[in-house]
Amino acid sequence: MGNKVLMKGNEAIAEAAIRSGCRHYLGYPITPQTELAAYMAKRMPKIGGVFLQAESEIAAINMVYGVAATGRRVMTSSSSPGISLKQEGISYIAGSDLPCLIVNVQRGGPGLGGIQPSQSDYFQATKGGGHGDYHLIVVAPSSVQEMAQLTGLAFDLAEKYRMPAMLLADGTVGQMMEPVELPDEKDVEFTEKDWAVTGTKMQRPHHIVNSLYLVPDELERKNFERFERYRRIQETEARYESFLMDDAEICVVAFGIAARVSKNAVLAARAEGLKVGMIRPITLWPFPSQALKEAADRVKGFVSVELSMGQMIEDIKLAISCRKPVELVNRAGGMIMSPDEVLAGIRKMNGGDNQ
Amino acid sequence: MKRVTLFVGHYGSGKSNLAVNYALMLRSCGKPAALADMDIVNPYFRSADSARELEDAGVRVIALPFANTNVDLPALPSAIYGLVESRSEYAVLDVGGDDRGALALGRFVPYILEENDYEVLYVVNFYRPLTGNANDALEVMREIETAAGIRCTGIVNDSNLGGETAPSDIEATVPLARELAALSGLPLVFTAYDARLPRPDVPGPFPLTLQRRPV
Repeated sequence: MGNKVLMKGNEAIAEAAIRSGCRHYLGYPITPQTELAAYMAKRMPKIGGVFLQAESEIAAINMVYGVAATGRRVMTSSSSPGISLKQEGISYIAGSDLPCLIVNVQRGGPGLGGIQPSQSDYFQATKGGGHGDYHLIVVAPSSVQEMAQLTGLAFDLAEKYRMPAMLLADGTVGQMMEPVELPDEKDVEFTEKDWAVTGTKMQRPHHIVNSLYLVPDELERKNFERFERYRRIQETEARYESFLMDDAEICVVAFGIAARVSKNAVLAARAEGLKVGMIRPITLWPFPSQALKEAADRVKGFVSVELSMGQMIEDIKLAISCRKPVELVNRAGGMIMSPDEVLAGIRKMNGGDNQ
Repeated sequence: MKRVTLFVGHYGSGKSNLAVNYALMLRSCGKPAALADMDIVNPYFRSADSARELEDAGVRVIALPFANTNVDLPALPSAIYGLVESRSEYAVLDVGGDDRGALALGRFVPYILEENDYEVLYVVNFYRPLTGNANDALEVMREIETAAGIRCTGIVNDSNLGGETAPSDIEATVPLARELAALSGLPLVFTAYDARLPRPDVPGPFPLTLQRRPV
């Protein structure tokens, strides 16, 4: 038997988190991410880790806050309505400059919505979500293999920049099964952080984890510092996949499961002789704005393919300063577009009919 | 061939797919057959997704009354009682994954035991990380038996890597399947493989016509 295993996307996140050194999982079940919690419940006790099903999502995220303050790798996961509940805690974690991983396996909304896949939490994930000025690092896997890879990346980036990271998946990538090559186990030996709350043993000054600053100029300074860090992240950490873009005249932009559908549409359009390529954002924040800006010099238009009423399309328009038209191809509420629907959008952008 | 065949196993091990193919096999042998989707755990992939193909082949399908509707109620249809009590046709039960899924079986077990013409087939894919070796697979089997209140009677090796499976990948798991059979004292009933592949060199090869996936 080789190195590959057959996993659900949700399980791949869980196993990759463990291999990235995460030994603390705190969550609350919700479809379609429950397999992640179930996997952790089985695995964590066997490896000396902590699995805890909290009494609510709000409790879970505040437990994450607590573990994160000690500098240990910690995560929680949920799906859209549960992620809304966590927003206060996420804002506190961001305001305290702590790393952690939050997984959102999105389902249709708003409200209780449905249980089928969606990407309609894009705004919530990339624009803050809770109160105050802050960002999360947001990664968007489009395969089970990427569920594993990006989990490790999200932990590393969160720790490097001392901020929460979110893995933004959808119900389809969470539920589908694909062969995966798992990352090697990381050395989980705990390295002391110079900010972590671990007990002074009367040998060092106190470390203080806090998001309350009643003196306004101090709070302003904190915000300025944080946004200076965000600026560096935007310059250096944006990731994307470029597909058949070399001679492309039309650029499809899609992430997650929508990108998989779009890839088939791009190939079908190529077969018709249309010069189409795709830019697939892998990080949604930082958004790969530079790549789109450069593409805008060469293509005649963009097609944004999303499982929402059109959220990422705003970031595309900002990235290209509205210099080129952007067509939206979208489904909502748990429905997924077919490659033909994307192809129709491509033809429309090409100036043809919409058949 | 027993009158009632139950497929149990770790979730994602291929129970629904096997149940569908097994029911079709019963029909091709000329037996009256019905398939009951008892998976109250997973709302995404289920044997009832193949309802049309099954009904076209003459398999009666008993689906969850509220599956894929707005009612989020994991209720089992009363028709399953008819299936286990009436004894008029061959019954294939697609049970939900793990011990949680098997719990739903409990209320039907007294009827199944009383008739005593059943097989409980434990489906295992050794490429699934939580059943990657014989000991782990046995642990999951015991959890399911405890929850369901019925013992497994045979093992089905459904080891695969999805679309990337080669016949040699299946052949490589035969020693693990034999080890599980020895540990549990149960027979290895058959080894499943995708019908589009060349037939692997395995005990009791059983070709599967795969279900269509929603995406």
